Amino acid sequence: MISASTLIIATVVLGAGTFAFRFAGPVLRARVELSPRVEKLMAVAAVTLLAALVGTAALLDGHEFVGFARPAGVAVGGVLAWRKAPFVLVVLAAAATAACLRLLGVP
Amino acid sequence: MWRTLDKDLARDIALVCLADAVVGVSFGAITVSSGLPLWLPMLLSLVVFAGAAQFMFVGLVASGGNPIAAVIAGLLVNARHVPFGFAVGDLFGSSWAKRIVGSHLMIDETVAFALAQRDAERRRAAYWVCGVGLFVCWNIGVVLGAFGGTVVSDTDVFGLDAAFPAVLLALVLPSLKDRATRRAALAGVAIALATAPFLPAGLPVLLALAGVLVSGVGRSGDAAEPEKEAAA
Repeated sequence: MISASTLIIATVVLGAGTFAFRFAGPVLRARVELSPRVEKLMAVAAVTLLAALVGTAALLDGHEFVGFARPAGVAVGGVLAWRKAPFVLVVLAAAATAACLRLLGVP
Repeated sequence: MWRTLDKDLARDIALVCLADAVVGVSFGAITVSSGLPLWLPMLLSLVVFAGAAQFMFVGLVASGGNPIAAVIAGLLVNARHVPFGFAVGDLFGSSWAKRIVGSHLMIDETVAFALAQRDAERRRAAYWVCGVGLFVCWNIGVVLGAFGGTVVSDTDVFGLDAAFPAVLLALVLPSLKDRATRRAALAGVAIALATAPFLPAGLPVLLALAGVLVSGVGRSGDAAEPEKEAAA
């Protein structure tokens, strides 16, 4: 097993690196005035990232297809959100769909 | 700031915090039950505060992986915070303390909740309430899991693995009414899904940013970007 000091150093390095990633945008943005077009570009980039996270998290577990229960749950949530259902209903329906499908033996 | 937040938004954020706490319990329990020290999940959750990277790190270390490789894998997963920071970095104000704390609270859900709000005031309120709420709930969950053991080791049973993409999807959906944003997002999702089977975690999502090139946002007004329509 890895020693405690190694684990602490690894955790601190991961934390510091992650903080640097998070801090870069706020600090650099404060130094330059961004045009509305660049502002829009930043927002589009963030939405694109989030959408890609949704796609990969819904369909994949690591490098492989995750099975049908999870994407089915996300799809039910997506349709409800698209139909302007309340957020709470969207989230609970997504979880319930996946959970019920698994109870029925769907992977 | 709390008054800016209406009841519906507060309830939505509370639900996500609750779900996050349950995942935190499982993270604490899984880490300790895989033979790692009791303090590790708690230290990771305070210092790193990024669920996906924490699971990745612990999974690699617990299976005997090289800790340097585990750190690099975690950093790769977290690199998406750079573009996130550019998108929400104006919400923190000009004080350094707020910038530092605000940056540490930056995760997928806080960014998504903030971007889903209409005006700057509400964006700021949503960001801070969601960020503080998630930080507190996640860390409480992890402590409970680390001490309480394997009560909730598999959150898939409750379908929580489907709830989190659904949370982000619901928050992102209104932004997709904009045509340019929708094109960028669809292209990005296609890129991420096509590359995910071959690339290490974190990279496919970053490559999705190439989808922004097809959005046309960069070339409204003057001809800044060459046409990349074929990629869509």
